[in-house]
Amino acid sequence: MSENIRKIEGITKESTEALIAETLSVYPEKAKKKRAPHIGANDQGSGSACVKSNKKTVPGVMSARGCAYAGAKGVVWGPIRDMVHVSHGPVGCGWYSWGTRRNMVSGIVGVTSFPMQFTSDFQEKDIVYGGDKKLKTLLEEAHDLFPLAKGISVLSECPVGLIGDDINSVAKTSAKELDLPIIPCNCEGFRGVSQSLGHHISNDTIRDYIIGTREYAEPESPYDIALIGEYNIGGDAWSTKPLLEECGFNVKAVWTGDGELEKIAATHTVKLNVIHCYRSMNYMCKVMEEKFGIPWIELNFFGPTKIRESLRKLAALFDDTIKEKVEAVIAKYDPIMQEVIERYKPRLDGKKVMLLVGGLRPRHTIGAYEDLGMDCIGSGYEFAHTDDYDRTAPEMPDATVVYDDPSEYEFEKFADALKPDLIGSGIKEKYVFQKMGIPFRQMHSWDYSGPYHGYKGFEVFARDVDMAINSPTWKLVQSPF
Amino acid sequence: MSNLLGLEVKKIVETTPEEIDRVQNWINTEEYREKNFARQALVINPAHACQPLGAQLAAHGFEGTLPFVHGSQGCASYYRSTLNRHFREPAPAVSDAMTEDGAVFGGQNNLHEGLENAVALYKPKMIAVFTSCMPEVIGDDLTAFIKNARQKGFVPKDMPVPYANTPSFNGTHIHGYDSMLVSILQTMTEGKQIEGRCTGKLNLIAGCDFNTGDYREYKRILTEFGIPHTVLADISESFDSPCDGHYHIYAGGTKLEDAADSINGKATMTLGAYATPKTFSFIKDNYSGKHVSMPMPMGIEKTDAFIMKVAELFGKEVPASLKNERGRAVDALTDAHQYIHGKKFAVYGDPDYLLGYVSFLLEVGAHPYHILCSRGSKKLEKELQALLDSSEFGKGCKIYMNKDLWHLRSLLMTDPVDGIIGDSHGKFAARDAKIPLFRFGFPVFDRVNKHRYPIIGYQGAVNMLTEICNKFIDIKDETCEDRDFELMR
Repeated sequence: MSENIRKIEGITKESTEALIAETLSVYPEKAKKKRAPHIGANDQGSGSACVKSNKKTVPGVMSARGCAYAGAKGVVWGPIRDMVHVSHGPVGCGWYSWGTRRNMVSGIVGVTSFPMQFTSDFQEKDIVYGGDKKLKTLLEEAHDLFPLAKGISVLSECPVGLIGDDINSVAKTSAKELDLPIIPCNCEGFRGVSQSLGHHISNDTIRDYIIGTREYAEPESPYDIALIGEYNIGGDAWSTKPLLEECGFNVKAVWTGDGELEKIAATHTVKLNVIHCYRSMNYMCKVMEEKFGIPWIELNFFGPTKIRESLRKLAALFDDTIKEKVEAVIAKYDPIMQEVIERYKPRLDGKKVMLLVGGLRPRHTIGAYEDLGMDCIGSGYEFAHTDDYDRTAPEMPDATVVYDDPSEYEFEKFADALKPDLIGSGIKEKYVFQKMGIPFRQMHSWDYSGPYHGYKGFEVFARDVDMAINSPTWKLVQSPF
Repeated sequence: MSNLLGLEVKKIVETTPEEIDRVQNWINTEEYREKNFARQALVINPAHACQPLGAQLAAHGFEGTLPFVHGSQGCASYYRSTLNRHFREPAPAVSDAMTEDGAVFGGQNNLHEGLENAVALYKPKMIAVFTSCMPEVIGDDLTAFIKNARQKGFVPKDMPVPYANTPSFNGTHIHGYDSMLVSILQTMTEGKQIEGRCTGKLNLIAGCDFNTGDYREYKRILTEFGIPHTVLADISESFDSPCDGHYHIYAGGTKLEDAADSINGKATMTLGAYATPKTFSFIKDNYSGKHVSMPMPMGIEKTDAFIMKVAELFGKEVPASLKNERGRAVDALTDAHQYIHGKKFAVYGDPDYLLGYVSFLLEVGAHPYHILCSRGSKKLEKELQALLDSSEFGKGCKIYMNKDLWHLRSLLMTDPVDGIIGDSHGKFAARDAKIPLFRFGFPVFDRVNKHRYPIIGYQGAVNMLTEICNKFIDIKDETCEDRDFELMR
């Protein structure tokens, strides 16, 4: 293992710890004590987390985190294209999360796909008298106006849980009356510490209300798989699904990017679950393994090195037909990827990147940057758990800084000290760093670009990283007078 | 598998292309429109957000002010990212991250810890606290909490901490703007009124306006007049700050001392009557000098009224430069009238914007044919109707109050128009109906720099006119037959 330990010039355990101590020095005692275990220097050889995670956000520090509702609406349920997703409660939550994650959908809007904002738009009287009756009416109206919708999810916002509405009972009654899956999801934003609990709650609702309620019309085949934790951000699934099909697989369902409810409901008959975003959907992989004996495998579709490794890891579970096809696919794309690398690596070699994203990309994208000759010198998550940080340790160079749910203050300090050439994070961070003259890419939404997954995605990713770092506009930041 | 709904397990059946065709055609029909307008409970694609978003906007308008969300942390992230996306600028705000235990014990501990940390990390001059749903439902007592915070030393004794109740289940972002602004002004001006003192200034409130260009335009106009002024809740620098290699968390805003002294102003004017009723009522009752509430000066006539009112308040002649500016704007309108005259428009958005769009369209000879507000009042409806009645171009135009953008889609499909004025969210309906969308409202997530181009004043009229007319000309160039394609338009 020791020969694989990567060092970054100028970064040592001591230097990182000094930076952390200095950053924390401004905090009041109580907050400092809370924050300290969440920031650490990576111990690459250990293969285990150097920070604590999945704890309550410290009040008042400016966290980037969202809430359980965001995890349910934005991440798990929202991307299913052929359902009506009702943001149940006041108007805001649904409005803010309307079209802002970039989970692309196919279909005809309002006919077969519904990337719209459906809300019960709670008013004072709904808080006082409860919203169950309104919910029942609106479910009928939704079914009436959108007859081809395959189901309805009811995503609770904060007040619903606080006033004691019983959406589960309304859903059950209405589902019977309308003969339509209506899934109540108690994902109020105050539950848990981040988006993460929203993922878990949503996974549980898929388990309780959906899985096993449909069957595929076609006969089973040994190559039936499902692609789990692929949300089709910027069209990612339109890169990865065809890639897996090219390798000889039948991708029976995608969870949940450009997803179809009934295909998801029939996933219990596939032979293997391939999971990309472990954080948000490991729960259902484990459920399907336990209940239906379906094994699962974690893959990484960022950058040719990781894609190649992933495809071989996948092929190893199948027969020679698949193995041959996978090798043929790798042989086909390797030279194309090499061309991309030759085009961009000379422009990016040795550049440093810092990351703060959700629950997967802070580790999964590191390989893609390395393919371009870049080093990741700091990484962290908004809502990861210990198992994510365990998986992160071997990917990050040794002694680099790892931060869990950092405050904007911390992130700014780290960037100021480490002087990265690029920061990959979210919209709330983007303009802070761009004002500082640091190139930036939104790594939740691919900054209105994409896809970044798969071979097709790497070319786009490489172009975007080059464009961000080498844009001549950065040279204009310093005024000559 | 639990199948808790107890529905029958079925084979997957794909919807047939014929059925898809049928529904696709059906949703564009009169029959569907009727069904759609009969909705009682379901709201689809509303054109409004919730109160705290507006509260945060108002807070950013003051020097050194940190917006502070008392409630769940996800709320703050939503408001921030919305403002980030519209302005393409930072929108620093903290929350006190209330969770389940807050529901049981109340949010005081979160608020206190949050205030202490925010002061230490972000060194604000003022913290503006506003609420999201959770503390509103459980009934947190902000007055007591903040008093206690000060007593216990979580905030410095002299640091102003205005606060507003901004429940999301009541009103829209414009009401949150009003509540936060009035609280800030109450806090800042308390005990600052000095008998006999007059700053000689005009205090100007733009209303819940998300266009930084508008704020700069107001200041420019007043400078042309030579009138000293304080723009209250001035977001022009906060959301349009230079990129110079340094990040300033508090990039702009009304100076706190100017805000405090605004109570001794010569006159105070609000230009967003629907976004500032509480603020204006406070000003009327407490501020020295004259008080004026006027519509947003969009279009020539409303700008004329604004200019004349300013001249009257300060006993000044309208400067030649503004007269010329008016002349140039009218020149632009007369030159271009043929590209917009008689065109039908659908307009939607916040009340103050809507009144402006309608007024502008009428004066250039266009028809504000469908006027839609997804949360409005009888008063607004009456005022819009009066505008329509004042012009022959308002004949046959209709107002749809408390209707959403899915209603708008039905209107566009069954009774089409030539153009739509609103925010980015209308782009789906616009695409289906193949009608151009002019993005003058909030938010604009899909075009660059729109917030830098004023839509108020004479320059604003020219900006709107230019964008609309050139688009119509583009469409003609792109779609006409070859033989009709010519150099001049």
